[in-house]
Amino acid sequence: MTLEMLIGASVFAATLRLAAPIALAALGGVTTERSGVTNIALEGSMLVGCFFGVVAADRAHNVWIGLAIAILAGVLLAGLHAYAAIALRADQIVSGMALNILALGLTTYLDYQMYGTTGTPADLPVLPDVQLGFLKGVPYVGDAIGSQNLMVWTMGVLVVLLQLSLFRTVAGLRLRAVGEHPRAAETVGIDVRRIRYAAVLASGALAALGGAYLSLGVAHSFTDGMTGGRGFIGLAAMIFGRWTPVGALAASLIFGYGNALSTSLQGASIGDVKVPVQLLGTLPYILTILAVAGFVGRSRPPAADGLPYETEGHA
Amino acid sequence: MTSTVAPHVELVEMRGIVKRFGDFTALHGVDLVVAEHEIHALLGENGAGKSTLMNILYGLYRPDGGTIRLAGQDAAIHSPRDAIARGIGMIHQHFMLIPPLTVAENVVLGDERSGPVLSRHALAARVRELEERFHIGVDPDAKVEDLPLGLQQRVEILKVLYRGSELLIFDEPTAVLTPQEVDELFTIVRTLRDEGKVVIFITHKLREVFAVTDRITVLRAGRNAGELVTKATSPSEIARLMVGRELRQVQARTPVTASGAVLEIRGLEARSDRGATALQGIDLTVNAGEILGVAGVGGNGQSELAECVLGLREPTAGSIVIGGADIAHDDPKRTRERGVAYVPEDRRTEGLVLAFTVADNFILGKQDRPPFSTRGVLDDDAIRTNGDRLAKEFDVRPPNARAIVANLSGGNQQKVVLGRELSERPTLIVVSQPTRGLDIGSTEYVWERLLEQRARGCGVLLVSSELDEIRALSDRIAVMFEGRLVATLAAADATEERLGLLMAGHAEAALA
Repeated sequence: MTLEMLIGASVFAATLRLAAPIALAALGGVTTERSGVTNIALEGSMLVGCFFGVVAADRAHNVWIGLAIAILAGVLLAGLHAYAAIALRADQIVSGMALNILALGLTTYLDYQMYGTTGTPADLPVLPDVQLGFLKGVPYVGDAIGSQNLMVWTMGVLVVLLQLSLFRTVAGLRLRAVGEHPRAAETVGIDVRRIRYAAVLASGALAALGGAYLSLGVAHSFTDGMTGGRGFIGLAAMIFGRWTPVGALAASLIFGYGNALSTSLQGASIGDVKVPVQLLGTLPYILTILAVAGFVGRSRPPAADGLPYETEGHA
Repeated sequence: MTSTVAPHVELVEMRGIVKRFGDFTALHGVDLVVAEHEIHALLGENGAGKSTLMNILYGLYRPDGGTIRLAGQDAAIHSPRDAIARGIGMIHQHFMLIPPLTVAENVVLGDERSGPVLSRHALAARVRELEERFHIGVDPDAKVEDLPLGLQQRVEILKVLYRGSELLIFDEPTAVLTPQEVDELFTIVRTLRDEGKVVIFITHKLREVFAVTDRITVLRAGRNAGELVTKATSPSEIARLMVGRELRQVQARTPVTASGAVLEIRGLEARSDRGATALQGIDLTVNAGEILGVAGVGGNGQSELAECVLGLREPTAGSIVIGGADIAHDDPKRTRERGVAYVPEDRRTEGLVLAFTVADNFILGKQDRPPFSTRGVLDDDAIRTNGDRLAKEFDVRPPNARAIVANLSGGNQQKVVLGRELSERPTLIVVSQPTRGLDIGSTEYVWERLLEQRARGCGVLLVSSELDEIRALSDRIAVMFEGRLVATLAAADATEERLGLLMAGHAEAALA
């Protein structure tokens, strides 16, 4: 085992690449839960983003149309959840789970119908990497971020934007108010439902961006269930990051690093002992359990998170 | 000779307001008229319809009949937004504040008057300006969750003033305040009137009506029971209008009959749910045939004290001796087997299983022993017989042991708790806020039952934040402040002023 395997530029680059989809889902989680709606259908939004992004990019021979349709698909799925959670005041976990199963079933079925024999086409237009030529030859940095996918950079920008808008803008103040104490927000004239709808739809869009990145940016294809729980890991990163965008990014990077290590340490050994890579691969998931159980620092969710809100007297 | 008389402006004129919730009619055509420059009391027992009427005026409920006129104009108020736009503001009983946000953020929320990006500095300055105008002091940059309730209420008042309200509705504003905070609130309310605001003061406390209001509207059971001028009426007249009959006097206390300690607490310490120190060095004795009142503003350790005695909270130090045994580390079941009864402060979440019947609630905690069960199988007949008997004995209405407890009124729910707890002839009763949210009739009932237990020789540890209740029932009064017992007074020495100072932590001034 060498130091290169632990902190080399290629490990750093892989960390970013692996963290980006988790972080995008986590940003979605922060947005929706800060408004008081739990949305575990982020996994589903991500998956439909993967699939419909590929279909649209393939049919239109244009990756940007693919990206737009991916977002639309994620938003539509989130819209179903928003309707169930906000208008019908359904149990948010049950609704989210049902939509995840729907997303898996739908994409698997359509994938089989459309690409069953051949697989997704090899000439799929894909999301480009951003080549930073001026970094070429700069040691470490050049290899680490000189050639990252556009969506990794997008994710970084979104983290900053969301952090600022959540804590420095009128819209962010209102969003947080709605998630903490919706009745109080309503009594000062804030439209609780509208804000929650907007937040849930935005969360679907963010998760779908993560999905599109997986299929159009990394894999350059679609395979059934290819999100592999990254939407859920995103929610864990959100909790780990204490419901803030910057915290969620930090947590996502830790998870991403865990994933990157399990690749870079493949076949490595310390002395005579082989590094148990498969076991190392479970690290992000163990961290997740610890985070969710509250062992890694105490984090307090928004007070009204997951609670249906009923306007008094109008029912 | 000509004289121009300024037209008398009725700022608020609600006529014939009807409100139904399903089959239940909360308001049967109620009138409320409030003139400019007055503090108007809206008075009535719980369930009389005061809050419903005000929620209609504030746009939270829609009326099923009647008209609302504001300053002579017909007004349709469909939402709080409408109400705010028409200059109506509400200071809610349960504060409508967002704890993790700052004072300034809470004040401006929903009406930020800012571009999309907020400047904390500008917000704080704007709030400070408002505070100076109305002589209300509270740090704009403090987080609301760090403020005591008296200051949180000021934030509520600032919120309303910030929106330019001309009419301020105070919904039972004194329930959570110390007597000193109440006085400060009254000062603020008078300042508001003098600055030209109109105040509606919802309350069921007669003392406050006489302390601060100009005119009074009394509601009873969803109907108008009287309109009065404060200066020209008397407490007994108002009480009669509220209750619809003369009040009985709570029976005078007989001298303590039995003796000997039923509860001895020494050096008790405990932590709160959040891990902070909740109780420090508590020494306290309750004798047989005595009611020991524990006074204090909510959150000063009273709840934790009651929980420690019951075994619901593990003390970190000290002893709790009942019947010669230290039960500090026993679980509730073992403690109860020593003859301890418990009436918890929140009957809806701790005292009862709301979805169960009256009969089933009567046997909670006794379900595992005969006659209610044998070898783990419940005996329905025994449960029903017991239910019918206790429902009758404790005057539960309707007298139906198969009724679901959630559908009973608060007073009748409390009777179910009392029936379960008192029917076992306890030697010690721990009661917490036994009449919170109850009307006068139910309060009388609860008090009489507690005094009956005392006369029987039972010791009672009474935790209450209602000073009237503490003073009406207690033989001795202990005052808690920040987790300590700051003083224990004989009832005769416990003037309201002295108790108030002790509750606010001014022990030296109180005992001087």
